Amino acid sequence: MLDDFFIRALIAGIGIAIVTGPLGCFVIWRRLSYFGDTLAHSALLGVTLAYTLEFNIAFSVFIISSLIALILIQLQKRTNLPGDALLGLLAHSSLAVGLVVIGFLTFIRFDLMGLLFGDILAVTLDDLLIIWIGGPLILLILKLIWKPLFASTVNYELAEAEGLNPDRAKAIFTVLMAGIIAISIKMVGLLLITGMLIIPAAMARNISTSPQSMVIYSILGGLLSVILGLFTSLEFNTSSGPSIIAASLFLFILSLLNIKQSIKLKN
Amino acid sequence: MTSNQNILVKLNQAGFRLKKKWLVKGVSLQIEKGKIVTLIGPNGSGKTTTAKIALGIYKKIDGEVEKYTNKVGYVPQKISIDWTLPLRVKDFMVLTENLKDEDINEALSLTGVIQLKNKNLGDLSGGEFQRVLIARAISKKPDLLVLDEPVQGVDFTGEIALYKLIKKITDELNCGILLISHDLHTVMSATDHVVCLNGHVCCSGSPMDVARNNEYKALFGEQASQILSRYEHRHDHIHTSEGEIKKN
Repeated sequence: MLDDFFIRALIAGIGIAIVTGPLGCFVIWRRLSYFGDTLAHSALLGVTLAYTLEFNIAFSVFIISSLIALILIQLQKRTNLPGDALLGLLAHSSLAVGLVVIGFLTFIRFDLMGLLFGDILAVTLDDLLIIWIGGPLILLILKLIWKPLFASTVNYELAEAEGLNPDRAKAIFTVLMAGIIAISIKMVGLLLITGMLIIPAAMARNISTSPQSMVIYSILGGLLSVILGLFTSLEFNTSSGPSIIAASLFLFILSLLNIKQSIKLKN
Repeated sequence: MTSNQNILVKLNQAGFRLKKKWLVKGVSLQIEKGKIVTLIGPNGSGKTTTAKIALGIYKKIDGEVEKYTNKVGYVPQKISIDWTLPLRVKDFMVLTENLKDEDINEALSLTGVIQLKNKNLGDLSGGEFQRVLIARAISKKPDLLVLDEPVQGVDFTGEIALYKLIKKITDELNCGILLISHDLHTVMSATDHVVCLNGHVCCSGSPMDVARNNEYKALFGEQASQILSRYEHRHDHIHTSEGEIKKN
């Protein structure tokens, strides 16, 4: 059964959606969508590195994304530039450097479209293994740091004053972000990973009243998007990333309709 | 030594500098179990900064802070919560510690906001939110309570009730309280130790000591001093409605 590329893609997508659900909620709550974008852009550099050194792609993307996050934190401390300028600087320069390096690697044929937008044909058994080991690991760590991370998201000083060590939680969360980008890059593509994080979570925000329910709806939304998107991708021969993201957009629009109805009911 | 075991937080010549400006300098104080220490002083005198030093929020400080407990309840002066978070009162109550439902109910009932338990935090009024903040801080039964203007925006009768509650909690939990308040009446009636700040400790001691202090008078004016001294000899005269003072 796992020989079928479509089944493999489905299993991979489900594994990814379960992890992007809760992480995406934090991306929205902590206003990190541009940060996620930056890490994702830097992933191209990780991919080229993997090809050059014949490394595992997920592993090399994880290393490069973590490194970029580290550089960002250092730059924030040492310069007076605003955060979004630094993010833009890192995002586009790492993307550019990645593309330049690709230019030098003439001996390897790159499927650039696949890298940018995801390719369901590309998901191998190894990738499944990485997703289904890495994914649950990310979730487990997120569960362990949930309390300090969530408390400091609500109010940093409260968390710090009451002894929760929010700085450590934030650092660990950054690594988790690099992790999810690393395991989902093949499937969703590096230009659209942030969409996979944000859009199901944004949909969930529209219909939830508590943080827990938002996480659950976000996971469900992600799962539905993956299933809908992959079937569309198969049917119409479109790239997997855009198909999944378009499906999540569709769900987001549905959630808006739901709000309108509930407002009508209230009045 | 028994007296040392009662100490929860001790500041020794503590100060905090933002870039080159000292927010507060050379503060020494200690908070003990079952005691209320109050910080008073004009705006910008470093009250909140001192509280944050005691809490360990500011890390790069001058001097020393010794903290002997991690069970802390904090009611900040300002709290900016991002209302894009779907957060109900009962979610907020368990923000830093997992509590039993009955503990949540008890704390919310004590501050008079039990009916708001399932409401969205963003829908509360300023006074209601302040009551929730106090409920959250006391619900975890802390050793140390740090209250930075805890009753701001609370209605007049509520204010008195909440101060009574704070006093009652100190006795029941035997916890230490660091209180920041502009209400000198309250300060005088409930506090064990007053620290008057103006960028540094301008004077400190029992409420009466502080009221008599000349630096305090210079800082707050003669009138404030009279407010305080009233507690000392409030039975020896009556204030008439015309504003005259009649001796008893």
